[in-house]
Amino acid sequence: MPRAFAVLLLCQLLGTIIQEGTGMPIPGPVLGLLMLLVYLVRSGGPSPHLRDTGQGLLRYLGLLFVPAGVGVVTELQELRDNAAAIILSIAVSTLLGLLVTGLLMNWFLRGQANA
Amino acid sequence: MHSLLPLPFFHVWTYLQTQPLLGLTATLCVWEIACLIDARAGHAAWSNPTVFSILILAALLLVTKTSYQAYFTGAVYIHFLLGPATVALAIPMHTNWPAIKRHFVAIIVSLSSGSVVAAGSAMLIAHAMGAPRAVVISLGPKSVTTPIAMGIAQNLGGQPSLTAVFVMITGMFGAMICTLVFKLARLHDWRAQGLAAGTAAHGLATARMLLLSETAGAFGGLAIGLNGILTSLILPILVSLFGF
Repeated sequence: MPRAFAVLLLCQLLGTIIQEGTGMPIPGPVLGLLMLLVYLVRSGGPSPHLRDTGQGLLRYLGLLFVPAGVGVVTELQELRDNAAAIILSIAVSTLLGLLVTGLLMNWFLRGQANA
Repeated sequence: MHSLLPLPFFHVWTYLQTQPLLGLTATLCVWEIACLIDARAGHAAWSNPTVFSILILAALLLVTKTSYQAYFTGAVYIHFLLGPATVALAIPMHTNWPAIKRHFVAIIVSLSSGSVVAAGSAMLIAHAMGAPRAVVISLGPKSVTTPIAMGIAQNLGGQPSLTAVFVMITGMFGAMICTLVFKLARLHDWRAQGLAAGTAAHGLATARMLLLSETAGAFGGLAIGLNGILTSLILPILVSLFGF
Protein backbone atom coordinates (compact mmCIF):
# COMPACT_ATOMS: atom_id res chain seq x y z
CA MET A 1 0.00 0.00 0.00
CA PRO A 2 2.68 2.63 0.86
CA ARG A 3 4.65 1.60 -2.23
CA ALA A 4 1.60 1.84 -4.50
CA PHE A 5 0.77 5.25 -3.04
CA ALA A 6 4.35 6.36 -3.59
CA VAL A 7 4.07 5.36 -7.27
CA LEU A 8 0.77 7.25 -7.73
CA LEU A 9 2.02 10.38 -5.93
CA LEU A 10 5.36 10.27 -7.75
CA CYS A 11 3.53 10.26 -11.11
CA GLN A 12 1.37 13.17 -9.93
CA LEU A 13 4.43 15.04 -8.64
CA LEU A 14 6.36 14.59 -11.90
CA GLY A 15 3.27 15.67 -13.86
CA THR A 16 2.82 18.74 -11.69
CA ILE A 17 6.51 19.67 -12.00
CA ILE A 18 6.27 19.41 -15.81
CA GLN A 19 3.00 21.39 -15.89
CA GLU A 20 4.25 24.17 -13.63
CA GLY A 21 7.67 24.22 -15.28
CA THR A 22 6.42 24.48 -18.86
CA GLY A 23 3.11 26.28 -18.20
CA MET A 24 1.26 23.74 -20.35
CA PRO A 25 -2.52 23.67 -19.83
CA ILE A 26 -2.80 19.92 -19.09
CA PRO A 27 -3.39 19.32 -15.34
CA GLY A 28 -0.43 17.71 -13.55
CA PRO A 29 -2.41 14.61 -12.46
CA VAL A 30 -3.45 13.98 -16.12
CA LEU A 31 0.24 14.04 -17.14
CA GLY A 32 0.81 11.62 -14.24
CA LEU A 33 -1.98 9.39 -15.61
CA LEU A 34 -0.26 9.36 -19.03
CA MET A 35 3.12 8.48 -17.48
CA LEU A 36 1.61 5.62 -15.47
CA LEU A 37 -0.27 4.37 -18.56
CA VAL A 38 2.94 4.31 -20.62
CA TYR A 39 4.69 2.49 -17.77
CA LEU A 40 1.86 -0.08 -17.44
CA VAL A 41 1.74 -0.77 -21.19
CA ARG A 42 5.53 -1.22 -21.33
CA SER A 43 5.83 -3.30 -18.16
CA GLY A 44 2.84 -5.52 -18.96
CA GLY A 45 0.51 -4.40 -16.16
CA PRO A 46 0.27 -3.19 -12.57
CA SER A 47 1.66 -5.11 -9.59
CA PRO A 48 -1.04 -6.59 -7.31
CA HIS A 49 -0.33 -3.79 -4.77
CA LEU A 50 -0.80 -1.04 -7.33
CA ARG A 51 -3.93 -2.66 -8.75
CA ASP A 52 -5.53 -3.02 -5.28
CA THR A 53 -4.65 0.51 -4.16
CA GLY A 54 -5.75 2.04 -7.48
CA GLN A 55 -9.03 0.15 -7.53
CA GLY A 56 -9.61 1.02 -3.87
CA LEU A 57 -9.23 4.74 -4.66
CA LEU A 58 -11.44 4.51 -7.74
CA ARG A 59 -14.17 2.58 -5.91
CA TYR A 60 -14.70 5.62 -3.67
CA LEU A 61 -14.13 8.22 -6.40
CA GLY A 62 -17.65 9.51 -5.76
CA LEU A 63 -16.68 10.47 -2.19
CA LEU A 64 -13.58 12.33 -3.37
CA PHE A 65 -15.69 14.82 -5.40
CA VAL A 66 -17.79 15.81 -2.39
CA PRO A 67 -15.55 18.48 -0.77
CA ALA A 68 -15.16 20.36 -4.07
CA GLY A 69 -18.85 19.94 -4.88
CA VAL A 70 -19.88 21.47 -1.56
CA GLY A 71 -18.08 24.59 -2.85
CA VAL A 72 -21.33 25.22 -4.72
CA VAL A 73 -22.45 27.16 -1.61
CA THR A 74 -20.04 29.91 -2.66
CA GLU A 75 -21.51 29.99 -6.20
CA LEU A 76 -25.26 30.02 -5.50
CA GLN A 77 -25.72 33.58 -6.79
CA GLU A 78 -23.82 32.79 -10.00
CA LEU A 79 -25.94 29.67 -10.57
CA ARG A 80 -29.23 31.48 -9.93
CA ASP A 81 -28.33 34.41 -12.22
CA ASN A 82 -27.42 32.09 -15.11
CA ALA A 83 -29.78 29.16 -14.54
CA ALA A 84 -31.42 29.25 -18.00
CA ALA A 85 -28.11 29.54 -19.87
CA ILE A 86 -26.57 26.70 -17.82
CA ILE A 87 -29.49 24.30 -18.23
CA LEU A 88 -29.89 24.88 -21.98
CA SER A 89 -26.12 24.70 -22.51
CA ILE A 90 -25.77 21.37 -20.66
CA ALA A 91 -28.88 19.77 -22.19
CA VAL A 92 -28.08 20.62 -25.83
CA SER A 93 -24.33 19.95 -25.63
CA THR A 94 -24.75 16.59 -23.88
CA LEU A 95 -27.31 15.47 -26.49
CA LEU A 96 -25.00 16.58 -29.35
CA GLY A 97 -21.99 14.88 -27.73
CA LEU A 98 -23.87 11.58 -27.41
CA LEU A 99 -25.09 11.71 -31.03
CA VAL A 100 -21.82 12.79 -32.68
CA THR A 101 -19.63 10.26 -30.83
CA GLY A 102 -22.14 7.41 -31.11
CA LEU A 103 -23.02 7.87 -34.79
CA LEU A 104 -19.39 8.29 -35.88
CA MET A 105 -18.27 5.20 -33.93
CA ASN A 106 -21.24 3.26 -35.30
CA TRP A 107 -20.22 4.28 -38.84
CA PHE A 108 -16.60 3.17 -38.25
CA LEU A 109 -17.76 -0.21 -36.91
CA ARG A 110 -20.39 -0.78 -39.65
CA GLY A 111 -20.29 -4.31 -40.97
CA GLN A 112 -18.43 -5.57 -37.90
CA ALA A 113 -20.25 -7.90 -35.54
CA ASN A 114 -21.65 -6.26 -32.40
CA ALA A 115 -19.29 -7.49 -29.68
CA MET B 1 -25.51 29.38 15.93
CA HIS B 2 -24.63 31.95 18.60
CA SER B 3 -28.21 32.58 19.69
CA LEU B 4 -29.09 28.89 19.62
CA LEU B 5 -26.35 27.50 21.87
CA PRO B 6 -25.53 27.95 25.57
CA LEU B 7 -22.16 29.68 26.02
CA PRO B 8 -19.89 26.65 26.77
CA PHE B 9 -21.19 24.86 23.69
CA PHE B 10 -20.67 27.99 21.65
CA HIS B 11 -17.00 27.96 22.63
CA VAL B 12 -16.70 24.30 21.60
CA TRP B 13 -18.41 25.15 18.31
CA THR B 14 -16.08 28.07 17.51
CA TYR B 15 -13.10 25.91 18.46
CA LEU B 16 -14.20 23.06 16.19
CA GLN B 17 -14.64 25.51 13.30
CA THR B 18 -10.89 26.11 13.30
CA GLN B 19 -10.03 22.37 13.34
CA PRO B 20 -10.06 19.76 10.55
CA LEU B 21 -11.93 17.16 12.65
CA LEU B 22 -15.48 18.44 12.16
CA GLY B 23 -15.40 18.91 8.37
CA LEU B 24 -13.72 15.56 7.81
CA THR B 25 -16.09 13.63 10.12
CA ALA B 26 -19.16 15.36 8.67
CA THR B 27 -18.10 14.48 5.10
CA LEU B 28 -17.60 10.78 5.90
CA CYS B 29 -20.79 10.47 7.97
CA VAL B 30 -22.93 12.24 5.37
CA TRP B 31 -21.38 10.02 2.66
CA GLU B 32 -22.40 6.90 4.60
CA ILE B 33 -25.95 8.24 5.00
CA ALA B 34 -26.11 9.08 1.28
CA CYS B 35 -24.95 5.53 0.45
CA LEU B 36 -27.73 4.14 2.65
CA ILE B 37 -30.30 6.29 0.82
CA ASP B 38 -28.88 5.11 -2.52
CA ALA B 39 -29.12 1.47 -1.43
CA ARG B 40 -32.73 2.01 -0.28
CA ALA B 41 -33.52 3.58 -3.67
CA GLY B 42 -32.17 0.45 -5.36
CA HIS B 43 -29.30 2.44 -7.03
CA ALA B 44 -31.85 4.12 -9.32
CA ALA B 45 -30.64 6.43 -12.11
CA TRP B 46 -31.78 9.58 -10.26
CA SER B 47 -30.15 8.45 -7.01
CA ASN B 48 -26.46 9.30 -6.61
CA PRO B 49 -24.54 9.34 -3.30
CA THR B 50 -22.18 12.08 -4.50
CA VAL B 51 -25.08 14.40 -5.36
CA PHE B 52 -26.94 13.55 -2.13
CA SER B 53 -23.80 14.18 -0.04
CA ILE B 54 -23.14 17.54 -1.68
CA LEU B 55 -26.76 18.66 -1.19
CA ILE B 56 -26.87 17.56 2.47
CA LEU B 57 -23.50 19.11 3.37
CA ALA B 58 -24.28 22.34 1.49
CA ALA B 59 -27.61 22.58 3.37
CA LEU B 60 -25.79 21.95 6.68
CA LEU B 61 -23.27 24.73 5.96
CA LEU B 62 -26.05 27.17 5.06
CA VAL B 63 -28.22 26.30 8.09
CA THR B 64 -25.33 26.47 10.61
CA LYS B 65 -23.85 29.54 8.84
CA THR B 66 -20.51 27.73 8.59
CA SER B 67 -18.12 29.16 5.99
CA TYR B 68 -16.91 26.91 3.18
CA GLN B 69 -13.32 27.65 4.24
CA ALA B 70 -14.01 26.33 7.75
CA TYR B 71 -15.53 23.15 6.28
CA PHE B 72 -12.70 22.73 3.78
CA THR B 73 -10.07 22.82 6.58
CA GLY B 74 -11.09 19.19 7.22
CA ALA B 75 -12.50 18.18 3.84
CA VAL B 76 -9.18 18.99 2.16
CA TYR B 77 -7.82 15.62 3.34
CA ILE B 78 -10.40 13.85 1.18
CA HIS B 79 -10.07 16.39 -1.64
CA PHE B 80 -6.32 15.74 -1.83
CA LEU B 81 -6.92 12.12 -2.87
CA LEU B 82 -8.44 13.30 -6.19
CA GLY B 83 -4.89 13.72 -7.53
CA PRO B 84 -3.66 10.14 -6.98
CA ALA B 85 -7.14 8.86 -8.00
CA THR B 86 -6.78 10.66 -11.34
CA VAL B 87 -3.39 9.01 -11.86
CA ALA B 88 -4.96 5.65 -10.91
CA LEU B 89 -7.39 5.97 -13.87
CA ALA B 90 -4.43 4.64 -15.89
CA ILE B 91 -5.11 1.17 -14.39
CA PRO B 92 -8.59 0.60 -15.95
CA MET B 93 -7.32 2.25 -19.16
CA HIS B 94 -4.51 -0.30 -19.26
CA THR B 95 -7.09 -3.09 -18.80
CA ASN B 96 -8.94 -1.75 -21.88
CA TRP B 97 -5.70 -1.27 -23.83
CA PRO B 98 -6.30 -4.18 -26.30
CA ALA B 99 -9.69 -2.68 -27.28
CA ILE B 100 -8.17 0.80 -27.63
CA LYS B 101 -5.40 -0.58 -29.88
CA ARG B 102 -7.81 -2.59 -32.06
CA HIS B 103 -10.12 0.36 -32.81
CA PHE B 104 -7.58 3.15 -32.37
CA VAL B 105 -8.53 5.39 -35.33
CA ALA B 106 -12.29 4.90 -34.89
CA ILE B 107 -12.10 5.70 -31.17
CA ILE B 108 -9.85 8.76 -31.51
CA VAL B 109 -11.89 10.30 -34.38
CA SER B 110 -15.32 9.63 -32.83
CA LEU B 111 -14.26 10.67 -29.36
CA SER B 112 -12.47 13.88 -30.29
CA SER B 113 -15.33 14.95 -32.60
CA GLY B 114 -17.91 14.36 -29.88
CA SER B 115 -15.68 16.03 -27.32
CA VAL B 116 -15.18 19.19 -29.43
CA VAL B 117 -18.91 19.41 -30.29
CA ALA B 118 -19.99 18.94 -26.67
CA ALA B 119 -17.48 21.41 -25.17
CA GLY B 120 -17.82 23.94 -28.02
CA SER B 121 -21.63 23.98 -28.09
CA ALA B 122 -21.81 24.20 -24.28
CA MET B 123 -19.57 27.29 -24.19
CA LEU B 124 -21.15 28.95 -27.26
CA ILE B 125 -24.73 28.54 -25.96
CA ALA B 126 -23.86 29.90 -22.51
CA HIS B 127 -21.90 32.79 -24.05
CA ALA B 128 -24.75 33.63 -26.45
CA MET B 129 -27.17 33.69 -23.52
CA GLY B 130 -25.05 36.23 -21.71
CA ALA B 131 -23.35 34.10 -19.06
CA PRO B 132 -20.12 35.65 -17.65
CA ARG B 133 -16.72 34.30 -18.65
CA ALA B 134 -16.19 32.27 -15.44
CA VAL B 135 -19.44 30.35 -16.09
CA VAL B 136 -18.67 29.86 -19.81
CA ILE B 137 -15.16 28.50 -19.12
CA SER B 138 -16.42 26.31 -16.26
CA LEU B 139 -18.94 24.72 -18.66
CA GLY B 140 -16.20 23.74 -21.16
CA PRO B 141 -14.94 20.58 -19.39
CA LYS B 142 -18.38 19.48 -18.05
CA SER B 143 -18.40 16.19 -20.03
CA VAL B 144 -15.07 15.14 -18.45
CA THR B 145 -14.74 13.09 -15.26
CA THR B 146 -14.73 15.42 -12.22
CA PRO B 147 -11.09 15.31 -11.04
CA ILE B 148 -9.77 16.09 -14.53
CA ALA B 149 -12.56 18.60 -15.28
CA MET B 150 -11.77 20.61 -12.16
CA GLY B 151 -8.07 20.71 -13.03
CA ILE B 152 -8.87 21.94 -16.55
CA ALA B 153 -11.26 24.65 -15.26
CA GLN B 154 -8.64 25.82 -12.75
CA ASN B 155 -5.96 26.10 -15.44
CA LEU B 156 -8.19 28.10 -17.81
CA GLY B 157 -9.49 30.57 -15.21
CA GLY B 158 -12.86 28.91 -14.55
CA GLN B 159 -14.34 28.03 -11.13
CA PRO B 160 -13.53 24.40 -10.19
CA SER B 161 -16.52 24.22 -7.81
CA LEU B 162 -18.89 25.43 -10.58
CA THR B 163 -17.37 22.83 -12.91
CA ALA B 164 -17.94 20.12 -10.29
CA VAL B 165 -21.65 21.05 -10.25
CA PHE B 166 -21.88 21.18 -14.07
CA VAL B 167 -20.14 17.80 -14.39
CA MET B 168 -22.67 16.31 -11.99
CA ILE B 169 -25.70 17.80 -13.83
CA THR B 170 -24.27 16.59 -17.16
CA GLY B 171 -23.78 13.08 -15.78
CA MET B 172 -27.29 12.85 -14.38
CA PHE B 173 -28.85 14.26 -17.57
CA GLY B 174 -26.74 11.97 -19.78
CA ALA B 175 -27.59 8.90 -17.68
CA MET B 176 -31.28 9.78 -17.94
CA ILE B 177 -31.46 10.31 -21.72
CA CYS B 178 -28.71 8.07 -23.18
CA THR B 179 -30.73 4.87 -23.73
CA LEU B 180 -33.64 6.81 -25.29
CA VAL B 181 -31.29 8.80 -27.57
CA PHE B 182 -29.55 5.61 -28.77
CA LYS B 183 -32.91 4.02 -29.52
CA LEU B 184 -34.21 7.03 -31.47
CA ALA B 185 -30.92 7.36 -33.40
CA ARG B 186 -31.00 3.61 -34.22
CA LEU B 187 -27.60 3.22 -32.58
CA HIS B 188 -27.42 -0.47 -31.76
CA ASP B 189 -23.69 -1.22 -31.42
CA TRP B 190 -22.76 -1.58 -27.72
CA ARG B 191 -19.25 -0.30 -28.38
CA ALA B 192 -20.59 2.90 -29.98
CA GLN B 193 -23.17 3.35 -27.20
CA GLY B 194 -20.58 2.92 -24.46
CA LEU B 195 -18.08 5.24 -26.12
CA ALA B 196 -20.77 7.92 -26.60
CA ALA B 197 -22.00 7.63 -23.01
CA GLY B 198 -18.47 7.89 -21.56
CA THR B 199 -17.50 10.79 -23.84
CA ALA B 200 -20.62 12.95 -23.37
CA ALA B 201 -21.52 12.13 -19.76
CA HIS B 202 -18.52 10.38 -18.11
CA GLY B 203 -18.97 7.89 -15.23
CA LEU B 204 -22.65 8.43 -14.49
CA ALA B 205 -23.83 7.53 -18.01
CA THR B 206 -21.20 4.78 -18.22
CA ALA B 207 -22.57 3.23 -15.02
CA ARG B 208 -26.03 3.26 -16.63
CA MET B 209 -24.70 1.49 -19.77
CA LEU B 210 -22.77 -1.02 -17.65
CA LEU B 211 -26.11 -2.28 -16.31
CA LEU B 212 -27.07 -3.18 -19.90
CA SER B 213 -23.81 -4.47 -21.37
CA GLU B 214 -20.28 -5.30 -20.17
CA THR B 215 -18.91 -4.21 -23.56
CA ALA B 216 -20.66 -0.85 -23.37
CA GLY B 217 -19.26 -0.41 -19.86
CA ALA B 218 -15.70 -1.17 -20.97
CA PHE B 219 -15.90 1.30 -23.88
CA GLY B 220 -17.46 3.88 -21.55
CA GLY B 221 -14.55 3.40 -19.16
CA LEU B 222 -11.92 3.95 -21.80
CA ALA B 223 -13.85 6.97 -23.16
CA ILE B 224 -13.77 8.59 -19.70
CA GLY B 225 -9.98 8.44 -19.50
CA LEU B 226 -9.32 9.33 -23.15
CA ASN B 227 -11.79 12.23 -23.12
CA GLY B 228 -10.11 13.62 -20.00
CA ILE B 229 -6.75 13.64 -21.77
CA LEU B 230 -8.17 14.94 -25.09
CA THR B 231 -10.21 17.72 -23.48
CA SER B 232 -7.13 18.88 -21.52
CA LEU B 233 -5.42 19.29 -24.89
CA ILE B 234 -8.34 20.63 -26.97
CA LEU B 235 -10.14 23.01 -24.60
CA PRO B 236 -7.33 25.62 -24.30
CA ILE B 237 -7.30 25.78 -28.12
CA LEU B 238 -11.11 26.12 -28.32
CA VAL B 239 -11.13 28.83 -25.65
CA SER B 240 -8.54 30.96 -27.49
CA LEU B 241 -10.23 30.24 -30.85
CA PHE B 242 -13.57 31.53 -29.58
CA GLY B 243 -11.79 34.41 -27.85
CA PHE B 244 -13.34 33.77 -24.42
